[in-house]
Amino acid sequence: MIRWILVAVLAIGITATGLWGYQEHQEKNAILVQAENTYQRSFHDLSYHMDLLHDKIGTTLAMNTKERLSPQLADIWRLTSEAHNDVGQLPLALLPFNKTEEFLSNIGDFSYKTAIRDLEKDPLSDKEVESLQSLYKTSGDIKNELRKVQHLVLENNLRWMDVQLALATEDNQADNTIIDGFKTVEKTVEGYTEGNLGPSMTGTSSEKHEFKFLTGKKLNENQAMERARQLFDLDEQTEITLAKSGDGAEVDMYSASYHKDGRNGYMDFSMKGGHPLSLIINREVKDASKSLNEGMEIAQDYLERLELSNMEPFQSSQYNNVGVINFLYTQDEIRMYPDSVQVKVALDNGDILGFTSRDYFLNHQEREIAEPKMTEEEAKKMVNGNIDIQEARLSVIENDTGEEVLTYEFLGLLENETYRIFINAMTGSEEKVEKLKGTEEKFEQAV
Amino acid sequence: MRLKKTVILLFFALIFAIGISATNDIQPTEAFSNQVIQQGAVGDDVIELQSRLQYLGFYNGKIDGVFGWGTYWALRNFQYEFGLEIDGLAGTETKQKLVKASEYDKNYVNQQIKKGNEFTHYGGTPKEQQVKQGQKKGQEGTKKQQQGQGEGGKNQQQTKDTPAEPKAVNVPGGFSQNDIRLMANAVHGEARGESYEGKVAVAAVILNRVESPTFPNTVSGVIFEPRAFTAVADGQIWLTPNDSAEEAVLDALNGWDPTGEAIYYFNPNTATSDWIWSRPQIKQIGKHIFCM
Repeated sequence: MIRWILVAVLAIGITATGLWGYQEHQEKNAILVQAENTYQRSFHDLSYHMDLLHDKIGTTLAMNTKERLSPQLADIWRLTSEAHNDVGQLPLALLPFNKTEEFLSNIGDFSYKTAIRDLEKDPLSDKEVESLQSLYKTSGDIKNELRKVQHLVLENNLRWMDVQLALATEDNQADNTIIDGFKTVEKTVEGYTEGNLGPSMTGTSSEKHEFKFLTGKKLNENQAMERARQLFDLDEQTEITLAKSGDGAEVDMYSASYHKDGRNGYMDFSMKGGHPLSLIINREVKDASKSLNEGMEIAQDYLERLELSNMEPFQSSQYNNVGVINFLYTQDEIRMYPDSVQVKVALDNGDILGFTSRDYFLNHQEREIAEPKMTEEEAKKMVNGNIDIQEARLSVIENDTGEEVLTYEFLGLLENETYRIFINAMTGSEEKVEKLKGTEEKFEQAV
Repeated sequence: MRLKKTVILLFFALIFAIGISATNDIQPTEAFSNQVIQQGAVGDDVIELQSRLQYLGFYNGKIDGVFGWGTYWALRNFQYEFGLEIDGLAGTETKQKLVKASEYDKNYVNQQIKKGNEFTHYGGTPKEQQVKQGQKKGQEGTKKQQQGQGEGGKNQQQTKDTPAEPKAVNVPGGFSQNDIRLMANAVHGEARGESYEGKVAVAAVILNRVESPTFPNTVSGVIFEPRAFTAVADGQIWLTPNDSAEEAVLDALNGWDPTGEAIYYFNPNTATSDWIWSRPQIKQIGKHIFCM
């Protein structure tokens, strides 16, 4: 009898310990994941901030007017402090990374000093511009190295917790990719000597307003079904699921979807007027047989069929076997950046795979455009003299405060980089300067 | 499995056979396909375009097979110098002029691209002087070359026949391939079982949060915000994403947003917080309800 009780007690004891142990293990894992996530976040933030920093220094070099320069420098200062902060959060204490940190604080000092200075009275000297150029180059190198490390980390699922361990136990240091990568970054900065020192989409702001320009009558469910069939270009047999949007939606809309022969379609269109806002068709896309240029023509025809006229293609990109083309509404040859539409075309057979026109229907109206007060030549003078201007035209953009303004748009080159510069056609102030990129080296081959 | 192996073997045998028959021909002279090449395009034609423009000294960037801004300006300058219409499009007339004026050593360019070498294609300079072996791949490259010669040039024939892959990709404004990959990881972890639009929707929510003043300003900041995404908290984010996740992220970055500007979403079956039910809802896609 006693023996049985003893066995039972022991059994309960062992099970309890086991359970407790398992629970502890689970908790430990949860905390490990959380710690890992914090490291990952700092690391990815760091690469992003370095990238942004590099671009900002680039745009600063392309700027001219003092009113825009000071906030830009202040922004650089903010970014350096963020990047510095990110470095501080990583478990790199045992790794020599001080040169990079020094570099960051050097940019910080430089941008702070110049940002608070009255640049109207005391503009950037040639020497300062020169040092800005070298900062631009070095930050570019650091950015590239960091992006490579980041690629390796993502590709191989590397863990920062392992770095911490590797750093703590000196002997494995040699073969840790992250540590190696950071050492390369550090080496890049060494080449930079101290003696040198002396997103949102184009043209739209993040300010939101209502859909106030939608025209047409409100559709009931039967009409909506008909409209969906027409927009999807489907016959009567295919079943379409229709749903109304809820209270949170900015504009009342119907969402329609279908599934047929390996194709999935999903579309939003406004209740008022039945305007298509967003369309996604998903299917497997085979090897491209059509060129991006043909894709663009198909997209243009499609817009005509949707009765969107005067749309001018302004940007196109091929991703694998699909082309994405960005269109802008033009009125009297003036580009309206707020009225943008994107179309996605499958380059295997030219099907339309997607369409999004939220921005267009949010902003589009026939505008009364006043005559510019400045001539193109006058506006050109407001652009930084180092920029080699290649193209010029008039366009309407939304500025930082969300107002639509008429501008001269210049495309120009500065040291092999392309910049888009908007000069207010009424006041001559520099509304926006953007560095244009759009391609990136593939990392597989670079590393 | 065995079938696959046989197919692969057959495939290689075929390539080998074609390789042998091709060696007898002199360097192919045909140039460009029929397409009009425009900015944003990728592929063989772009590699040829860049090489030819570089041969004439108009293009000084890397020959990477992606028609970016550098190529655009080079082409325009070419059109200007040769008295063509300056439109930045490589159409029939432009291509003809270009082919007449320049030479293109396709084998040389393709091989350099495949070996990952840094190289140029300027006219009037010996090819040997225009190649800089890639730093890390350099040794590997020479080794392969020696091997190739040792085996009677078998490898070289193979590389000649398959076209070279472009060395760069288009990325939507300001985002790196790494940002895309990180987002694809998050989307895959969060919406693996969802339809395609459900994935685009999750990616769009991440981007809407980046724009929103109440959330962090970077993609990584939003994704790794503590307790924001369950897939991040339980480590599912580190599963390898599939192509459809990546494609969905590209769509979202290019402006698609099937959620109608939502910044929250939840699964009504598993949601534990009452608060989330109080948010104004926009719509449901698959298992997720999207709200403001």
